[in-house]
Amino acid sequence: MSLPSKLEAVLETFDLFSDPADRTSLLLSYADQFREVPKAIATRPFPQEHLVPHCESEAYVWAIKQPDGTLKLHFAVENPSGVSAKALATILDRSLSGLPPAEIAEVTPDLVERIFRQNISMGKGLGLMSMVQAVRSLATAAAKTRA
Amino acid sequence: MTDIASRGYTNPEVLVSTEWVAAHLDDPSIRLVESNEDTLLYASGHLPGAVHVDWTADLNDPVRRDYITRKGFQALMSRIGATPKTTVIFYGDKNNWWACYAFWVFQLFGHKNARVMDGGRVKWEKEGRPMTREVPVITPTKYRAPERNDKPVRAFRQDVLAHLKKKGQLVDVRSPEEYSGTRMHMPDYPNEGALRGGHIPTAKSVPWSRAVNPEDGTFKDAKALAELYVKTNKLKKDRPTIAYCRIGERSSHTWFALKYLLGFKNVKNYDGSWTEWGNSVGVPIEK
Repeated sequence: MSLPSKLEAVLETFDLFSDPADRTSLLLSYADQFREVPKAIATRPFPQEHLVPHCESEAYVWAIKQPDGTLKLHFAVENPSGVSAKALATILDRSLSGLPPAEIAEVTPDLVERIFRQNISMGKGLGLMSMVQAVRSLATAAAKTRA
Repeated sequence: MTDIASRGYTNPEVLVSTEWVAAHLDDPSIRLVESNEDTLLYASGHLPGAVHVDWTADLNDPVRRDYITRKGFQALMSRIGATPKTTVIFYGDKNNWWACYAFWVFQLFGHKNARVMDGGRVKWEKEGRPMTREVPVITPTKYRAPERNDKPVRAFRQDVLAHLKKKGQLVDVRSPEEYSGTRMHMPDYPNEGALRGGHIPTAKSVPWSRAVNPEDGTFKDAKALAELYVKTNKLKKDRPTIAYCRIGERSSHTWFALKYLLGFKNVKNYDGSWTEWGNSVGVPIEK
């Protein structure tokens, strides 16, 4: 199955940037635009069932079903140094929120490598892929609920 | 934490405090070098005037599993504007793992004019000290380095095997689970392909983190370090010692503590570490 069009557009943008410095700037610009989960959805201490496993940035994820049946993704990143997690959260929110759960559930963690490439480090890679996996799991569950 | 000079270290001059660095930000004789595991961190904000040295892109050979050559080191030093007289101050994330690793690689080229900022990046940030995204404009220098000399501080697999035969001291600085072989990688890190779990026979298990104060990441004082390594784990300062972990970054931290803070006479870092040993055919392993 092809990727959602907004996500494909983001990935194509990253593909265009071959210079590591340019890719770093792009990732930072996404991280700078990160918005934490609104208080109406969740407040600290965030429930552990929303914690992304294996993510050292202590990321949390929510997938809230909207009246039209689509999902709205929200994230929190507790580690102030969690720049990569914030960048990925912004990308996932911007490109997947507003889509039906079944479509989001098709997104696979290998997109992390395409986004971060040389900016991926050992521990971080696993944590970031876990973020995508957590979104997938929530979307899969939401798709089943709808059915 | 107490003043570094009062902590009883053998070589207290290798550590500088965040206060000291804050007072020397404009000192032209020093060069601040940030080395992290997270390659985005420097770009997201760093100490004013600090340059970035990436452990993979700058310190490792791009093809072989080895470090840069003399030529590569000279180019690196030129890029960061250092001369042999420049005092290089390393700091970074992860309790200075990569700062100590970079410090250690610099010793392969004999750049002894090097220090580590105690507590690293996190302590600086927690203290609310200035951070910037401005990348300093550096005037390249000419740096003539000697050929890389691995012998004093680097151990290869064959060195570890010979060390074992001589009943030399080994320190395994990984987590207890990695040491016992119940897991093949750091908690929350991917398995990077070691086929066997366990540890090198006779190695003492002393996870790297026991050398630091958990509240601020600074090194413990000499008395506490001696209690840990010498008294509890029966390591002797005058006997050859090899530290290892998974790829040599955490063990650089322990190497630094043993060599400079406690004054162990002959300490080497086995950078092949478990990703090499756990895949090597025929080498002895204990669980």
